[in-house]
Amino acid sequence: MPDQLIFAMEVFLNGLMAGVLYALVALGFVLIYKASGIFNYAQGVMALFAAMTLVGIMNGQVPFAHLINATFGTHVYTFGWTVPALLAIILTMGVMVLLAWAVQRFVMRHLVGQEPIILFMATIGLAYFLEGVADLMWGSEIKTLDVGLPQGINLWIDETTYNVFGYGFFIDNLDIVATIIAALLVAALVAFSQYTKQGRAMRAVADDHQAALSVGISLNFIWIMVWSVAGFVALVAGIVWGTKSGVQFSLSLIALKALPVLMLGGFTSIPGAIVGGLIIGVGEKLFEFAVGPLVGGATENWFAYVLALIFLVFRPQGLFGEKIIERV
Amino acid sequence: MNKKLATLALGALMAAGPAMADLVFPSLSYRTGPYAAGGIPFADGYADYFTLLNERDGGIGGVPAKVIECETGYNTEKGVECYESTKGEGALVYQPLSTGITYQLIPKTTADDIPMHTMGYGRTSAKNGKVFSHTFNYPANYWDGASGAINYLLEENGGDLSGKKIALVYHNSAYGKEPIRTLEELSKKHGFELVALPVDHPGQEQKSQWLQIRRDRPDYVLMWGWGVMNQVAIQEAANIRFPMENFIGIWWSGAEHDVMPAGAAADGYKALTFHNVGSDYPLYDDLKKYVVDAGKAAGAGDQVGTVLYNRGLYAAMLAAEAAKKAQEISGKADITGADMRAGMEALEITEEKMAELGLPNFGPAFTVTCENHGGNGMVGVTQWDADTKTWSLISDFKPTDGEVIGALIEEDSAAYAAENNIELRCN
Repeated sequence: MPDQLIFAMEVFLNGLMAGVLYALVALGFVLIYKASGIFNYAQGVMALFAAMTLVGIMNGQVPFAHLINATFGTHVYTFGWTVPALLAIILTMGVMVLLAWAVQRFVMRHLVGQEPIILFMATIGLAYFLEGVADLMWGSEIKTLDVGLPQGINLWIDETTYNVFGYGFFIDNLDIVATIIAALLVAALVAFSQYTKQGRAMRAVADDHQAALSVGISLNFIWIMVWSVAGFVALVAGIVWGTKSGVQFSLSLIALKALPVLMLGGFTSIPGAIVGGLIIGVGEKLFEFAVGPLVGGATENWFAYVLALIFLVFRPQGLFGEKIIERV
Repeated sequence: MNKKLATLALGALMAAGPAMADLVFPSLSYRTGPYAAGGIPFADGYADYFTLLNERDGGIGGVPAKVIECETGYNTEKGVECYESTKGEGALVYQPLSTGITYQLIPKTTADDIPMHTMGYGRTSAKNGKVFSHTFNYPANYWDGASGAINYLLEENGGDLSGKKIALVYHNSAYGKEPIRTLEELSKKHGFELVALPVDHPGQEQKSQWLQIRRDRPDYVLMWGWGVMNQVAIQEAANIRFPMENFIGIWWSGAEHDVMPAGAAADGYKALTFHNVGSDYPLYDDLKKYVVDAGKAAGAGDQVGTVLYNRGLYAAMLAAEAAKKAQEISGKADITGADMRAGMEALEITEEKMAELGLPNFGPAFTVTCENHGGNGMVGVTQWDADTKTWSLISDFKPTDGEVIGALIEEDSAAYAAENNIELRCN
């Protein structure tokens, strides 16, 4: 087999893995958009906030330590204990539920019935607010996140592919774990929305707010639940991306990677987010591999959007999005 | 009553503005945003040195130093706003801490007669003082960095790099592209193959670049990165098992926070530098006594001795020494931006002076002249020890390839002079 083909296969596999990581971020957007019609600009910042909170809890960091010390002249930075990863994840989830409640209570509740653009702008404000709060709460230094996820080359795949092709493929263990996590997450989300009372209520709200209200579904409760689930997805994305690069402000920029995925997969479909992620991941990696060297490289960022736009020409609602029918 | 109110108002006005005698050193810092992790230690080091001078020596030449901090968020527009809002405060020298802001401020500082110091960043050809009257980039610039890396590799390979392959992983921006031209010239001169691999901002996803490195198997990888790009690149290098001792970053890719997320896997990673590392210098004893223990440290006071804190402190020290020189030349303590520029142009840093300041072997000796605003371009190499979590200087500050760099600087600055109708100085 020619070398270039073998290399392309390796790039293809890595593209799939990268796509799963993009899909993890995109899922949070889909959940909120599906249930409330809001494009949540703050989803990336929620991933950052969740990851920072997780590290802070694990390290026993005192929240708002700098503010407390500056105000009271104290020098308190840590509680002096560390928290196991699993417990810290549960506690962080609690914080994300509180955040969901706060968003609903102080922002969204006051904007019911407003135009989507107003709601979108509110989430932009929320993003800036959360960025500031996260910095103030946990500090802006880069934090190392280690919840026990493996990293580095998968030796089994390396050896197996070497025996078959004479060239060992590189697949990162973290990417494999992320794929498994994403699969479990999607299965759990689908099961939740299909087989639980709350899930069905969520779908009812997504279909028609007024109709859902008329049958006694609490819009407030559903939206808090949806923002909580999106917070959980943000936490998962924050853990995976934060393990790769350390937990830092740039984590919030991973949202940029989710946008073409959403355009391609559709804003309202969970499977769309996954398939869209895979197409974008594979597409951008193969394009960079094949065309990148001819045009000076760094094609991935813009090519992802070009790919999404090409799909939009043929399916404006995205691959799995709901068809927009407007009756006159 | 009216008289009393007027007196109070005047008093408040005087208290709000800087005292006439203060020596003002604006600090265009970035404590927020994606690059805050790098901006905070630099700003802390810069502020702490002036606090030390005020507390220990009563300022510079008897005049207190005043640091006015303005948050840029590493954003060029905000940086220019910061400049405009602080230049009227009697600013003596600007450290824009961003190549983008530097480019915007070159014509402005020249027009306003305020010098600018871009240490290890900015427009490399500003080294040519004949063209760039108000911009200084001593003690080293990016092209010195590129040449310093190649010189180090030449040493490692017995003076011969022919047939070797060197990959450059760079931030796909004006900053990241800076070394390419120099490296291309050096590859012709020394016979190595150069492969340039751009990484788009912010650099969170670099799988394609590192898969290519794994396929191409370069002998060495150089990196011009910043922010999250650094941490991801070091992690990806570890993932593909690229030998860390063959991976060298520019000085903006060689701080503690760049290597810590990769843990033990980052052990052996190298970075270029133009100043020493750690806190084992007499000056740090004074810093502890007069600043940290006295509760007067900038920020949280937890950055002392880190790589970028040292860089901020070094920048402040060089600014203070230039101010002393300016006081000496002008014969007055209360100097202006124009005096400061003259002081910077006559700055001479020797090892004796560094030892006197409590910083022996901290930075290279260099001289600034009217023609040469970039010093002697001496570059060292540091290496990370993941066990002790410390950087060590493994190669002393050594000269770079003046022949190659000099020609490139002449060419670039001549083009700038022609574009902007600048008459050459220093005749």
